[in-house]
Amino acid sequence: MSAPAAPRTPHGWPLWEVFVRARRGLSHQHVGSLHAPDGEMALRNARDVYTRRGEGVSLWVVPSSAILASSPDEQDPFFDPALDKAYRHPTFYEVPEGVEHL
Amino acid sequence: MQVDDTPTQERLQARFDRMVADEVRIEPRDWMPEGYRRTLIRQIAQHAHSEIIGMQPEGNWITRAPSLRRKAILMAKVQDEAGHGLYLYSAAETLGVDREELLDLLHSGKQKYSSIFNYPTLTWADMGAIGWLVDGAAIMNQVPLCRCSYGPYGRAMVRICKEESFHQRQGFEILHTLSHGTPAQKAMAQDAVDRFWWPSLMMFGPPDSASTHSERSMAWGIKRFSNDELRQRFVDMTVPQAEALGLTLPDPDLRWDEESGHYAFGEIDWSELDRVIRGDGPCNAQRIERRRTAHEEGAWVRESAAAYARKHAATSSAAGETAA
Ligand SMILES: [Fe+2]
Ligand SMILES: [Fe+2]
Repeated sequence: MSAPAAPRTPHGWPLWEVFVRARRGLSHQHVGSLHAPDGEMALRNARDVYTRRGEGVSLWVVPSSAILASSPDEQDPFFDPALDKAYRHPTFYEVPEGVEHL
Repeated sequence: MQVDDTPTQERLQARFDRMVADEVRIEPRDWMPEGYRRTLIRQIAQHAHSEIIGMQPEGNWITRAPSLRRKAILMAKVQDEAGHGLYLYSAAETLGVDREELLDLLHSGKQKYSSIFNYPTLTWADMGAIGWLVDGAAIMNQVPLCRCSYGPYGRAMVRICKEESFHQRQGFEILHTLSHGTPAQKAMAQDAVDRFWWPSLMMFGPPDSASTHSERSMAWGIKRFSNDELRQRFVDMTVPQAEALGLTLPDPDLRWDEESGHYAFGEIDWSELDRVIRGDGPCNAQRIERRRTAHEEGAWVRESAAAYARKHAATSSAAGETAA
């Protein structure tokens, strides 16, 4: 894991990541980011910028600096454990001819 | 300890080249060549600046829209353009620049915006011509950018393109209403189209023979089609629409060319584009002056919001300490 970058804006506002739930039953999805002085303003701005056409029923804003990310350079070893376990997929198994609903 | 990083550098470059060739998107924290980063920053910033400067020619008519319906539509469109600016500044920021920095470069004239916005909007019909032709040309440019190799730029373009189609339609509707109105209204529509036609064709940039960065941008998967290709597509799409409007396009050489299957059109006055880019367009000084003033006059809002956030943070952390 690598530490999140410190806010890049010495004279500006912190950056927030915006997540929108399109409708009930779906999870929130990342849609973009914006600058705002505080969380309340970030929510208001996110409403104006990302939901002008009824794109959502719920909004989350998260300070970008609070996000920890895996590094793209570490990509291969970090995700290695999943690569050699084909038996986690149903297609790994042989089903005898004629057997249904399995 | 001294480490020779040449092989790493080569490995990274090879990986980047492979990803672009395989149409795998490049994301902000991936290694990328400096030239790629610089090209993207310049292009995305210029694009963002165009969106927000583009609010001015249309903002000019909001208070004089001929009906409440038209006024509400125009306000929604201008607000969309502000949103487009924000999506694009956000995309540029993922490349390690700061929005404040980019605004400074715009205000000091070190970065450009699309020269189309240096033309004045003289009549209400210009709102129609801009929506139909200027947003139409922008869409033609922007749709292929949705597949740009740089992820955040492509994603911003997807959002923008979804919103743009209403912009073009409302412009077409304005012109259609005018061209089916009184002779004076039709003449006003024709005049607007006459003034915006050639500058709209210039929006696709210089001809391929004179376009300096095109080839590299193509190789990087930033650009997908050449300036001339996109311009031709725009002409082919627009001519039948002009016929449906009952308006003409101000080009005596415009004709269907059976052989190529495209519309042939007249010579573009590239010296005009050069002049406008250099700063001698009809409204260059006015647009930048207005932008600077708006930014300066908005300073107290930004400062108040920051002061409120500081005060609020202090109060809630004090409350938190008491509770603990
Ligand atoms: Fe736009
Ligand atoms: Fe637009």
